[in-house]
Amino acid sequence: MNVKLIVWRQKNPSTPGSMKEYEAKNIPKEASFLEMLDIVNEELIEKNEEPIAFEHDCREGICGSCGMMINGKAHGGFRTATCQIHMRQFQDGDTIWVEPFRARAFPIIRDLIVDRTAMDSVMQSGGFISAPTGCAPDANAIPIPKDVAEYSMDAAECIGCGACVAQCPNGAGQLFTAAKVSHLGLLPQGQAERYVRADNMVTTMEEYFGGCSNFRECEAVCPKSISTDFIARLNRDYLKAQFLPKKPSGKFKNE
Amino acid sequence: METATVSRNGTPWVLAFYRSALGKKAVMAVTGIMLFGFVFVHMLGNLKLYLGADAINHYGEFLRSVGYPLLPHEGALWIARVVLLTAVALHITSAIQIWLMAKESRPEEYTKKEYAIASYASRTMRWGGLIVLAFILFHLADLTLGRTGYEFLEGKPYENIVASFSRTPVAIFYIIANLMLGLHLYHGLWSMFQSLGWNNPRFNSWRNEFAAAFAVIITIGNISFPIAVMAGLVK
Amino acid sequence: MELKSAIPPGPLAQKWTSAKFTNKLVNPANKRKFDVIVVGAGLAGASAAATLGELGYKVTCIVYHDSPRRAHSIAAQGGINAAKNYQNDGDSVHRLFYDTIKGGDFRAREANVHRLAEVSVDIIDQCVAQGVPFAREYGGMLDNRSFGGAQVSRTFYARGQTGQQLLLGAYSALSRQIGLGNVKMITRTEVQDIVVVDGKARGVVCRDLVSGKVYSLAGDAVVLGTGGYAPVFYLSTNAKYSNCTAIWRAHRRGALFANPCYTQIHPTCIPQTGDFQSKLTLMSESLRNDGRVWVPKKQADCAKPPGSIAEADRDYYLERKYPSYGNLAPRDISSRAAKEACDDGRGVGPGGRGVYLDFSEAIGRLGKNVIAERYGNLFTMYHEITDENPYDVPMRIYPAAHYTMGGLWVDYNLMSNLEGLFVIGEANFSDHGANRLGASALMQGLADGYFVLPYTIGNYLVPMMGKKVATDRPEFKAAEAEVADRTKKLLSTGGKKSAEAYWRDLGKIMWEKSGMARDAAGLKAARSEIAALREEYWKNVKVLGAGDEPNQALEKASRVADFFELAELMVVDGLAREESAGGHFRTEHQTEEGEAKRNDEEFSYVSAWEWKGVGAEPQLHKEPLVYEEVKLATRSYK
Ligand SMILES: Cc1cc2nc3c(=O)[nH]c(=O)nc-3n(C[C@H](O)[C@H](O)[C@H](O)COP(=O)(O)OP(=O)(O)OC[C@H]3O[C@@H](n4cnc5c(N)ncnc54)[C@H](O)[C@@H]3O)c2cc1C
Ligand code: HEM
Ligand code: HEM
Ligand code: SF4
Ligand code: F3S
Ligand code: FES
Repeated sequence: MNVKLIVWRQKNPSTPGSMKEYEAKNIPKEASFLEMLDIVNEELIEKNEEPIAFEHDCREGICGSCGMMINGKAHGGFRTATCQIHMRQFQDGDTIWVEPFRARAFPIIRDLIVDRTAMDSVMQSGGFISAPTGCAPDANAIPIPKDVAEYSMDAAECIGCGACVAQCPNGAGQLFTAAKVSHLGLLPQGQAERYVRADNMVTTMEEYFGGCSNFRECEAVCPKSISTDFIARLNRDYLKAQFLPKKPSGKFKNE
Repeated sequence: METATVSRNGTPWVLAFYRSALGKKAVMAVTGIMLFGFVFVHMLGNLKLYLGADAINHYGEFLRSVGYPLLPHEGALWIARVVLLTAVALHITSAIQIWLMAKESRPEEYTKKEYAIASYASRTMRWGGLIVLAFILFHLADLTLGRTGYEFLEGKPYENIVASFSRTPVAIFYIIANLMLGLHLYHGLWSMFQSLGWNNPRFNSWRNEFAAAFAVIITIGNISFPIAVMAGLVK
Repeated sequence: MELKSAIPPGPLAQKWTSAKFTNKLVNPANKRKFDVIVVGAGLAGASAAATLGELGYKVTCIVYHDSPRRAHSIAAQGGINAAKNYQNDGDSVHRLFYDTIKGGDFRAREANVHRLAEVSVDIIDQCVAQGVPFAREYGGMLDNRSFGGAQVSRTFYARGQTGQQLLLGAYSALSRQIGLGNVKMITRTEVQDIVVVDGKARGVVCRDLVSGKVYSLAGDAVVLGTGGYAPVFYLSTNAKYSNCTAIWRAHRRGALFANPCYTQIHPTCIPQTGDFQSKLTLMSESLRNDGRVWVPKKQADCAKPPGSIAEADRDYYLERKYPSYGNLAPRDISSRAAKEACDDGRGVGPGGRGVYLDFSEAIGRLGKNVIAERYGNLFTMYHEITDENPYDVPMRIYPAAHYTMGGLWVDYNLMSNLEGLFVIGEANFSDHGANRLGASALMQGLADGYFVLPYTIGNYLVPMMGKKVATDRPEFKAAEAEVADRTKKLLSTGGKKSAEAYWRDLGKIMWEKSGMARDAAGLKAARSEIAALREEYWKNVKVLGAGDEPNQALEKASRVADFFELAELMVVDGLAREESAGGHFRTEHQTEEGEAKRNDEEFSYVSAWEWKGVGAEPQLHKEPLVYEEVKLATRSYK
């Protein structure tokens, strides 16, 4: 099949970029979207043009590296990671717009590659259970009801791709943070730090991202279908943290 | 040092809370509930329109004298007015701040951007809210102050309403504004549950129905008045 | 060169206990005076960096990814083994030890494997404490599943995303240490050389992948947890970025490379559909718990829809050949059996390169819901990729390159022969012998990082107290210059063919001549083809763009260049090992039934190769494998 691509090209973080047009010809419909870009890139190299830079690694929808706006939606709105989109999901002759994720917290590095370290910063401020190696009791010492473990796992599946931020009209990091806070906050092991975690992670999140207006766009593009119910949970934990008799604290950072 | 990362230490609690986007959202939700409560009761009160001039005019008088003699005449009304005014002010301020934050969070817009599922209601919260604000201002000038160019009769809401709504453009504006308000409430009431963290997998499914039901009730009630006047049912 | 394995004396089961006592300890106040550079943040690297940070060392952790959470460990699906015996089905540390040694076709070091089995139980405890949401039973206790090569259920899992959850656990521990300032995290940076000063590893040369800047970091010890190199086959189940650069550069600096010919071809992957394909996707081995593998008995049936082939006309070849392990026969054996069936003209799907993995019987027995609960995400993934619904039609699978048992040689303390250079996780050769059992790589990565390296690194560090070196030494400057030169060279060949295209060519040679089955003629041919291609590569590879900005083509070109050299060594090792063992199947050495035939008299050793220069004959060093506990036996899964 043949498609027309309109792609954001930007040489490096400091040079402004623009949309450029490319023809992708004779693409097998079994090819994945990224394989289509591979083919286009090989042709570009052939023509002495620099290939389109895009992030990818596992190509199985789990590492969260890949991610771009396809036809105006994060991961094309297919509810899978970009690497799991296949060309058979498009029509011959389609025009496909490809843009990087955009947010203040995601500066563009090159073409479709953006810097998502802000999400790591959110994690560093509380996305863990403080259980240093060696201190753990037997794994079966705390029974965890199956439903609880499963619900926690629903949140834990987040691949950290940043599509939620990219798609959100507010550029909010709510769904990602909610997934993280809920994964740990639902488990018995995570109770001790539950509120300080929510408090710290939300504070860090807000340094980088916009606020949530409950548009639910995030959920609709999330490759792991993380539910916005977790956002409500995050909000509740955060609000509770504010109303606790004593402000929660924990040794989360050397200051 | 054993401190939390949070650098809010030292700032008074309320300010620190309000400084966070989630704090703003909580304020917006709480004031939203108050405004919702007012609009709902106001709509119910206005239904007396259908019981005739005396019923609603007495009701108006009743509102002015509630609490008397404990409170001065119009005392309770003024308290309510101050509370509502503060609520509106906070509601709008926090809404605008979240809006500005959203703009800052994505300095460079997409060349092509499509919505995935966001409802029309959620997408029109901001402009819709401003239309509602414009409506409220007009409405106060219209039926409370009587400055919109008809013959205003102090203490006679029935006659005022009929006089005002007999002007078709005004009636149409009321209808449009109240449809807008309906949308605002539809998303707002659902959103409020999220913002305040009132969720539970067991009742989540009917949060949406709750919001829809009240939005519809209030909208139908409110737009029925100008329609009734235009249709000549209320004269 | 004498290879000192540093295995502690004493009975096997006591070795690790006594080592923990005799290991040198670093005084808590002194720990922060040691700089440890950890390269990689997969299960091995992240768990090591976090634990060393918790202990108080000053750690710098470097990854080429944009975040430590993206390491390839994230893709592991099936599970992690541990000798918890929660199922009361007869498991024990000794059984896990034995299964792993046997699974590795008796080519692994006893002491290492026993230690691995011992600490496996602590890993599960640690992960649960960190919040890894492993699957549970209704009573709230941990659930287990079975994996290949074992007759007990000892595999812990979190849906089909066990690697993800374990990595997120290690990543969260690491994040905590980064937040606390104990670990300095450097992302989007590739380590391109190891700096050796006076025979000891004293630092690394990094290339910043955004700015292209080349610089060095000095440390008291360097830890490589840089993962496997299966993408030397081009098509593999590994992530596209997985590569051998760090360990290969260390090898060129003197670290011995052990057992490069032991590569694992995984039996259950989605078959290739065309030449454009960039990678192959694994379908977890756990699927073989409930899926039955078959091909039609008659060649004529191959093109028919599977549902229309009568039960009697199906050949459930694994159940037939290995009745006691059946569909759970180990990977090397299952892969070869699939290849045999396809070579016999009974393969299904495009090009006849595929066999069925059929769930209809399990769905009938357990219901669709149970199957969906166990494998839902794998089924969805299969459906997304192939556009076929595995609930209705059997999956088609075929073997693909998956794991590399070989790696840098390390002693019992996980230190390579290059002192101060520690190697953990898939990057080393240590625990899996000639074949790795399912669910044991995650176990090994975490064992190394959480529970072994943090104990053993002290032995090296204690005497290094106060012997810091700075990056202005000539050794650092020379290494930096070499890295910069190499980059320049790649950018200026003025060639015509992309690195990707060369990589595909290399992969093809490796897959055909050094893949599931090898012979001397093929390996010899491969060697000269690789050498010729390598030479051409350096003259004709086309890399556009500049070295001082983000340039993915350049990164790739540099990695592919290293693959060429490694591929040659893999072939050399395969040629030298005149026996079949585990993942190394030499067609000249097989039993009458077509099973691998080991030669214990002559080849019961680890091959550790020393670098002698590009194209030059590497030198073989042998570490004899001494078995005190187990009796060498022919592996049988019948
Ligand atoms: C699809 C798949 C499924 C699997 N399923 C299972 C399973 O179910 N059970 C099981 O036990 N095992 C499984 N395995 C094997 C297992 O996942 C891996 O062996 C293991 O995760 C490797 O971990 P690691 O920490 O050694 O390396 P990796 O996770 O590969 O990490 C490597 C790290 O090193 C960094 N790095 C590498 N080179 C450099 C460099 N030059 N400079 C800077 N940084 C560098 C990378 O950025 C990365 O952080 C599976 C493997 C695959 C491919
Ligand atoms: C006066 C003009 C008004 C403006 C400008 C306005 C604006 C907004 C905006 C922009 C939001 C969404 C904020 C966000 O989530 O980012 C919002 C939410 C809301 N509004 Fe209004 N609004 C107005 C009046 C009202 C009135 C009169 C009511 C009630 C009848 C109301 C009820 C609500 C509710 C319940 C919410 C949901 C709060 C939440 O998301 O938690 N608003 N408003
Ligand atoms: C079409 C529907 C409506 C009708 C017929 C109506 C009617 C009236 C009347 C008659 C009054 C004057 C009462 C008096 O002075 O005795 C009044 C006051 C008021 N109305 Fe409405 N109203 C309507 C909708 C709304 C809506 C949707 C809002 C808010 C969003 C609103 C907000 C107010 C406010 C704030 C006052 C002033 C109360 C005070 O302080 O005295 N009204 N309305
Ligand atoms: S919540 Fe979903 S969209 Fe957001 S980072 Fe996680 S997986 Fe991606
Ligand atoms: S789209 Fe954005 S506004 Fe909230 S619900 Fe999702 S983060
Ligand atoms: S490349 Fe890993 S999720 Fe797409």
